[in-house]
This record gives sequence, structure tokens and C-alpha cells, in this order.
Amino acid sequence: MKELLIILISSSIVNNVILSQFLGLCPFLGVSKKVETAAGMGGAVIFVITIASFVTSVLYKFVLAPTGFAYLQTIVFILVIAALVQFVEMFLKKSIPSLYQALGVYLPLITTNCAVLGVALKNVTNSYNILEGVVNGFATAVGFTIAIVIMAGIREKIEYNDIPKPFKGSAIVLVTAGLMAIAFFGFSGVI
Amino acid sequence: MNKNVERLYNGIIKENPTFVLMLGMCPTLAVTTSAINGLGMGLSTTVVLTLSNVLISALRNIIPSRVRMPAFIVVVASFVTIVQFLVQGFVPSLYASLGIYIPLIVVNCIILGRAESYASKNPVLPSLFDGLGMGLGFTLSLTIIGLVRELLGAGQMFGHQVLPLADASTNTLGFTPITIFILAPGAFFVLAILVAIMNVIRQKAEDRGKPLAKAQGCLTGDCSGCASASVCSGKTVDEKGEDQ
Repeated sequence: MKELLIILISSSIVNNVILSQFLGLCPFLGVSKKVETAAGMGGAVIFVITIASFVTSVLYKFVLAPTGFAYLQTIVFILVIAALVQFVEMFLKKSIPSLYQALGVYLPLITTNCAVLGVALKNVTNSYNILEGVVNGFATAVGFTIAIVIMAGIREKIEYNDIPKPFKGSAIVLVTAGLMAIAFFGFSGVI
Repeated sequence: MNKNVERLYNGIIKENPTFVLMLGMCPTLAVTTSAINGLGMGLSTTVVLTLSNVLISALRNIIPSRVRMPAFIVVVASFVTIVQFLVQGFVPSLYASLGIYIPLIVVNCIILGRAESYASKNPVLPSLFDGLGMGLGFTLSLTIIGLVRELLGAGQMFGHQVLPLADASTNTLGFTPITIFILAPGAFFVLAILVAIMNVIRQKAEDRGKPLAKAQGCLTGDCSGCASASVCSGKTVDEKGEDQ
């Protein structure tokens, strides 16, 4: 239980997926203009990464590792993740239309999100078991959501500021991300 | 100019993937803590990019266009796996410092982007030079960013101390490293300044009537240059958010 709690805090806050690992920067910069869309993206990422880390952990543990095909992990994981996202999209559309309404538009964007593959590979390198892998995936995605929602909140305010012309657009967003990273650095003493 | 030399020039200078097109920002930020890491990452990416461009170009008439994305991904992932094992076997120190970012070359949008926009439409030889040029351009930019961060953050260049450090105990004057530049926040600041400089250059080039190639990465917030735009719904999320 204690280990799970440590993974939860370390992956969501201390080693934040965006601010210290730089994974998933694309949606972080592209979908952080409004708090609502950012929260929607965060929800979709939590959903997909949690399922994907479960599926890839199971696949690694029961198929790849026993058969000696562990070296194929990158190829297998990327294909499984791409197929999984398509499948989740179809399943939600048919079965849970209300959830699809909320998350649907974000799902295809996640296929090539490097955070999903990153988590799957991290679970293997850190030799997490299936439960630890799922917790790690969930925590990483929560960390993503925290960062993107805070960023969207700040960006809504930045809109009204007088920014030097060369820094308009993505440059000021990156400066903001840097400041956020410094703030999150303060958590490194927690664990 | 010879077409192959033109592809090299195009990749290294005219459409430099990092500085001009603003693609592949995840590895750019993550591994440039020192020049040598940037160089290693750049060269690994170059190998994967060149080989996958060649193979995809050779198979361009065989792969049905409906399944081309998964096919490209399998080709790229296979080469990444090979490169990963070569780096692990021959340069273990580099493998230790790059770690998870080597397998993540698979999702680097430069590679799928070149496969989709160039290699799948052109013959083998130009595709080879296109991959080589783009890869070397990427290597060059990563090394430069790594050099800047290493110099400011540790006073070193390629691991050699070039700026003598200050030492309070012996009262020696010298350079006090700005450690934040080799930590995560420094990566964001360096990239922010880089983007700002490129904005100025872009503006100047436009005023002179010779505009640079359009930036197409995720920093611009539009999906048109993205390799996965065809599997994506094709609209950016913010537009959709406003529709509702």
C-alpha cells in the first residue's frame, strides 16, 4: 500500500510528466487555451493512459516476457496503443454516448501522444507489477491534467497582458511552463 | 543545384526541423542537458530517419494507402528497436543518460512527417538524402541547444570545463554555474528564447520578401503539419470547443 502511495505522489506531482519529463508537450501547448477544453483533454488522457497501462502491463507480463519476445516491446506497445484508442472511441460511441460527447474529440489526438507510450515503457523499465503499472499510469495522467488545467487558467489571464511582440504565442507559454516547472521543483523534497 | 545536395541543404538549413519547422520538441527539451547527449540523440534519430525513409520509399507502391500509417509505424519502430540495441551495446553511457527517450523516437513527429510528406511520394535516392538532411539538421540544432545549456548550466563544453569555476574557499574569481539551465525549467526557458529569436528572424525575412518555411509543429497549435492529421478528425480541438 505504501509503495502504491509513493508511486501515486511521485508520478503525479514530483516527476510531473510534462514539467519534468517533457512527455505530452503537444497537447499541453495545443489544447491549453481554455480551462474547459484542457479539463476535457485531461479527462480523456486519464481514461486512455490508465487502460493502456493495464493492457500493456498484462501483455508484457503474460505474452512478451514468457515467450522471450520482450525486445519487441516498442513495436507491440505502439500498435496496441493505436488500436486501443480506436477501439475505445468506437466502444464509447456505441455504449456510453454521454462520455463520448465529453471526451470524443480528444481521443484521436492521444494516439500519437508520447506520454502513453512513455508510461508503458516506464512500467517495464521500473519492473512494476500490473497493479503498480496501472497506478503509475493513472498518476501520470493525473499529473498531466493538473499541469494542463493550471496552464489553461494562466493562459486565459495572459490573453489580456501586453507581451513583447517576439514572445507572443508559444514563447510566452513556454516561459510560463518554465516558471511552473520551478514551482513543481519544490515538491522534489517530498519523497 | 544537384537534387540530392538540395535535399541536404533543405534539411539542414532551409527547413531545419527544430529551428524552422519547430517539430520534435519532446526530445529537444528532454535530452539537451549537455552537448554530447544532444549529439547522441540527434545521430540516433538520423539513423532511424534515413533508414525508414529508404525502406518506406522502396515500399511506396506496395503499401496500400489505407493502411499506410500502421505500416509506417511498424517500419519506424523496427529501426528504433535496432538502434536502441546498438546504442545499448556499443555506447552504454549514452544509453544510460538518454534512457526512455531512445524508444520514444518512434513517436517523434519528424520521422512520421517525412515518411508521409516525402518518402511515400518520392524515389529511394532523394528520400535517402532527405532523411539524411533532416536528421543532420536535427542533430545540429540539438547539439547547439545542448552546448548553450551545458555552458550556462555547468561552464562546460562537451564535458570539458571551459569556464573556470569560482571557488569561495580559496577566494578564486570565476564563473558560478546557473544550474537551472541543465534542470527541467531551463529547457523551457531556452526553448522560449529560441522561439522568440526565430519570431524576430521570421519577421525580418518576411519584410525582406523572402519568408521562411512555415512552422508546423505543435507549438503553432495547428494540426495541418501533423503526420497523424489524416487519422485525426482534421479539426483542432479549440475550434470544436467553440462549435458546441
